[in-house]
Amino acid sequence: METTINTSRRNFLKTSALAGGGLMIGFVIPGASRFAQAAVDFKPNAFLRITADNQVTVICGLSEMGQGVHTAIPMLIAEELEADWSKIKVEQSPADPAFANPFLGFQATGGSSSVRANWEPMRKAGAAAREMLIAAAADTWSANKADCHAEKGMVVHKSGKKLSYGQLAAKAATQPLPANIRLKEPKDFKIVGKGAKRLDTPPKLNGSAVFGMDVRLPGMLTAVVARSPVAGGKVASFNADKAKAMPGVKHVVQIGSGVAVVADGYWNAKKGRDALEIKWDDGAAASLSSEGIRNTFGDLVEKAGTVALTQGDTNTALAGAAKKLEAVYEVPYLAHACMEPMNFTASVKPDSVELWGSTQSPGLLQLVLSQVAGVKPEQVKVTTTLLGGGFGRRFAFDFAIDAVLTSKAVGAPVHVVFPREDDIKGHYYRPASVAKFQAALDAAGNPVATRIHAVGSSIADAGHMPYEANGLKLLKGVDGFAVEGLTEWPYATPNLQVEWTKNEPPIGVWFWRSVGHSQNIFFVEGFVDEMAVAAGKDPYEYRRALLGQNPRYKGVLELAAEKAGWGKPLPAGHARGIAVAQSFGSYTAEVAEVSVGKDGKVKIHRMVCAVDCGLTVNPDIIKRQMESSIVFGLSAALFGEITLKDGKVQQSNFHDYPVLRMNEMPKVEVHIVASTEAPGGVGEPGLPPAAPAVVNAIYAATGKRLRKLPLRMA
Amino acid sequence: MTTVSFSVNGKNVRADVAPDTPLLWVVRDTLGMTGTKFGCGEGVCGACTVHVDGKPVRSCTTPVSAVAGKQITTVEAVGATAAGHAVQAAWLKHDVPQCGYCQSGQIMSATALLAKNKKPSDTEIDAAMSGNICRCGTYNQIRAAIKDAAASMHKEA
Repeated sequence: METTINTSRRNFLKTSALAGGGLMIGFVIPGASRFAQAAVDFKPNAFLRITADNQVTVICGLSEMGQGVHTAIPMLIAEELEADWSKIKVEQSPADPAFANPFLGFQATGGSSSVRANWEPMRKAGAAAREMLIAAAADTWSANKADCHAEKGMVVHKSGKKLSYGQLAAKAATQPLPANIRLKEPKDFKIVGKGAKRLDTPPKLNGSAVFGMDVRLPGMLTAVVARSPVAGGKVASFNADKAKAMPGVKHVVQIGSGVAVVADGYWNAKKGRDALEIKWDDGAAASLSSEGIRNTFGDLVEKAGTVALTQGDTNTALAGAAKKLEAVYEVPYLAHACMEPMNFTASVKPDSVELWGSTQSPGLLQLVLSQVAGVKPEQVKVTTTLLGGGFGRRFAFDFAIDAVLTSKAVGAPVHVVFPREDDIKGHYYRPASVAKFQAALDAAGNPVATRIHAVGSSIADAGHMPYEANGLKLLKGVDGFAVEGLTEWPYATPNLQVEWTKNEPPIGVWFWRSVGHSQNIFFVEGFVDEMAVAAGKDPYEYRRALLGQNPRYKGVLELAAEKAGWGKPLPAGHARGIAVAQSFGSYTAEVAEVSVGKDGKVKIHRMVCAVDCGLTVNPDIIKRQMESSIVFGLSAALFGEITLKDGKVQQSNFHDYPVLRMNEMPKVEVHIVASTEAPGGVGEPGLPPAAPAVVNAIYAATGKRLRKLPLRMA
Repeated sequence: MTTVSFSVNGKNVRADVAPDTPLLWVVRDTLGMTGTKFGCGEGVCGACTVHVDGKPVRSCTTPVSAVAGKQITTVEAVGATAAGHAVQAAWLKHDVPQCGYCQSGQIMSATALLAKNKKPSDTEIDAAMSGNICRCGTYNQIRAAIKDAAASMHKEA
């Protein structure tokens, strides 16, 4: 999701006076959407509200799912506003095109884009407000603006007199918008780049934080939906008598995805759902199995694919190579398993739809759900709650469609809740993929040619998925999400070719934390380790030499190796592995320290991460995001696997789709490279190097090369 | 339907529900207290942890009939206990939560641990906390905060 658009050209500022006498400032981004939000009326909106009681409130259009955006965005605004950080509050915006993500063209949170996309616009919003507050103070004092400056929520005159932002708010709102907004130099930052406590912590400690699951409305009913156990299956017939006889069950209605049982609460809805008698028409996927998919991918990977990238003459170089190396890598489908199961609340009336819940894409919801409900986009109101994890899953809107259709059918507000089993079995998986690598090495072991061919589903162009509305397309026959991390092969190689073959089993695939990098960096960094072994070189030194032209890759690689004590003695049975990546504009390298027990059990003792994400906004949150992504990556590497038999997903809950727990948690150290580059993303880049670092460490410990996830020693 | 009486956070409550209804859904849907979270429905993720007579219990697999006459504490009131207060303060100091959804359960498990063990070892922390999943991976911060909370309780004791 890296569509770079020149934001400064498209953005302009609008201000308006608040009814209560305050200053409101915001950006308006008219008509720039890649999607059909132009159909929604143009409305000026506020990112910032300063009221007479001295309260500075940042209105954030981005969804808080743990990544810290409700702290980072206020930090950007507060920095230029010269606000008193201790007085800043954050508020979630409603869905509105004015809050469109400059990278994506619609209001959404994903692709580790929040800070990258808003780094400049949010600081400009703060700076414009600051200048207007200064102008208001100068006006009040009949002083020169040049003799006034802003400091910690006050405008101060050179004589020493001061006025607070609250005192100045009403007058500031009448000031003209400054023509030229000058942003501070990074060396002058007081908030950005320093740590700041998260603004969202306190309500998350006492049960008062409101997630989608916690939405409560008068007259609200709860629905649990029976969906086809086989992908793409349809309801042939159903008998609702037993379900309707269950306590608390109010309605049983057929909707697009299956049959919804609507009751006075979750438990009764769930029991009612379980009492439904449904005959399913399984459709074409009834014989689908993981084994069959693997075989198909395995056959295809031996053939030629669509060329995604080519330089030099790879095939000729491979044919004439002194030393050749070949390997096939493989990863399975993965569920997100957010702690908060999928759920959404809708209240559908003849001429309006109100939605509440955990979503990464309120802008898309507004558009898609207006079509589902048959109203205009501006008649759809979306209230975004806190998200109990997103990881890409909540970029989708299947759960909201269920809520809208059910509410429409029963004429009451409806909260659709997925039991955990529905969540794990509910598709929207990280695509499974198989990739074949071929390399030709020269006498010194350096690559002369590398050919990579990946096979898998396309997220951007999955015909069976209901997301035509998101406008994603293949570019020259290749899905960028499927080859990201492969086409960025960073190692000096004169002949390089990356190919891709789309194969689409009827399984719902979707964005999963770090998307294509989640599998492709595992493939690349495993194979490069094999190249180093074949060359008889140290895996760190081998990478380092071949990354000479890529200083940011090399920088994180060196820092991670240094902090991990690469090459220094370890306890008996322990070994280190290393991996490096670029994703979402940031560079990460990780060193894993592992041991493998006699029983084949892999123990991960320590993960050392170095990240170069450019200028930092909140180093504490960056470190936590690296650690968080590492844990997510390790869970997938150790355990993560969705398998199918007879078209049905075989996993159901955390007992058979395990994730890392406290007793399995390694020590994690994160080191940030000092950088003056533009900010990179931080929500995902920590993930890609985690699995290959572990796999490479297992090789170092045991001599066993694992090319398939999840890790199995036997 | 049956009537079950018990106390929640010091208040006597009555619930008229099917006796097999899990305590979790009585707390969330009948009593309207949403701090206790639904994560898995089979007692393996810990998000729904509450205290029943001071002991940590997975409320999603505890039928409400099993808590008749008992005292339930949820995250909304756990801060009123010495251990709960220390845990919440340490969680704030370490900025533990990310998405925060699992943290009600983490705090309830950690509080129950510290209420009976004033100085838990790493192994004891593992034993008490490994039933609570965090998909954001805050385990190291949870461990540090538990140790900090334990230290602060020693100081006050």
